[in-house]
Amino acid sequence: MKRRFFLIPLALFMGLLIFLGLGLRHDPHEIPSPLINQAAPAFDLPTLTSDQHFAPKDYLGRVWIFNVWATWCVACQAEHPVLVAFAKSSGLPIVGLSYKEIQPQDEEKTPLSLEAKLTLARLRSRVWLGRHGDPYQLSVLDLDGKVGIDYGVYGVPETYLIDAQGVIRYKHIGPMSSEILANEVLPLARSLQKGA
Amino acid sequence: MGRLLHLDSIWHLTLHSPLHFVRALARQCHLGLVSPLLILVFCCCQVTPVLAGEAQPLAEDPVLEQRMVNIAQELRCLVCQNESLASSRADLAEDLRREVRTLLKQGKSDDEIKAYLVARYGDFVLYRPLVKPLTWVLWFGPLLAMVIAILGLVVYLKRGQTKATQGGPKPLSDDERARLEILMKDGRGL
Repeated sequence: MKRRFFLIPLALFMGLLIFLGLGLRHDPHEIPSPLINQAAPAFDLPTLTSDQHFAPKDYLGRVWIFNVWATWCVACQAEHPVLVAFAKSSGLPIVGLSYKEIQPQDEEKTPLSLEAKLTLARLRSRVWLGRHGDPYQLSVLDLDGKVGIDYGVYGVPETYLIDAQGVIRYKHIGPMSSEILANEVLPLARSLQKGA
Repeated sequence: MGRLLHLDSIWHLTLHSPLHFVRALARQCHLGLVSPLLILVFCCCQVTPVLAGEAQPLAEDPVLEQRMVNIAQELRCLVCQNESLASSRADLAEDLRREVRTLLKQGKSDDEIKAYLVARYGDFVLYRPLVKPLTWVLWFGPLLAMVIAILGLVVYLKRGQTKATQGGPKPLSDDERARLEILMKDGRGL
């Protein structure tokens, strides 16, 4: 009897070790988004093509992917071929959010006007997409990052799946892999398309 | 670990900041993966460009600025998760501080501003977690553990006491008493 009592603290300690051990495997960057199952925040932003605007409500009735990217983002470049291939194979529309394309260092020497920023961002984005392939139906320019804040973006790239009712159903933080797209995003998108 | 490190550095490279690379290094130093000396050398080479990007806008309204700082100290920067929004130099933190300023100017209360950020980034932005069923263990767990420990201690001590009064050592027999007597007298009379 006494011996068994002696084992209790040991058992508790082992439990704690396992608990903490599991914690180590947890990536602190993956923060669950409160936006899942919430309506995608509205915006109305200029696209890469001049004089065109896009708002999420334009895509009501379609299941689509919203991908946050920028030409200065190294990880986006890594995920890009995956997106290009996925756009071709799945046929799902992908909308890009060009996040803060104009960085503070671009304005180090002279501050740029909004018009200049738009022109520069469009030019740079188009060149980048020309070089790496363009998976996007269209890409909107979020120059000041305000739409990014509304979508809870804190690290580029991030990817959302939005259903036909304009509700966010899925979010992935960090570079997309073809495995995640094939095993998680595509099945979910197909079931949402059936439901719509 | 390799994957984590890789992700970390890439993220910090891509995230929001002219300081990104220094930050990535600092983090790896934190993890004990890169020597701090190396970073010191690196920083010395980088000092001028790093400082160049750091001019903070002067506060137009010190009262508002103080309120902003008070709120931001309670909030976590999502890029550098061990820093508060008030102290972080990540670009996103700067954007969010600007956002908080704008909301304050619109006359929003502190709680409304926190709710605004929680709606976008989740409870994780709050350094002081909300009290709700999911966080009960967090808030009351230590107290519960202490109560259990005290109860355990009380039970343990009580049991020892009853043992002492009831069971305890047996009183000496006459024979033992006689031997004790001899021992006490000259110490070697066995």
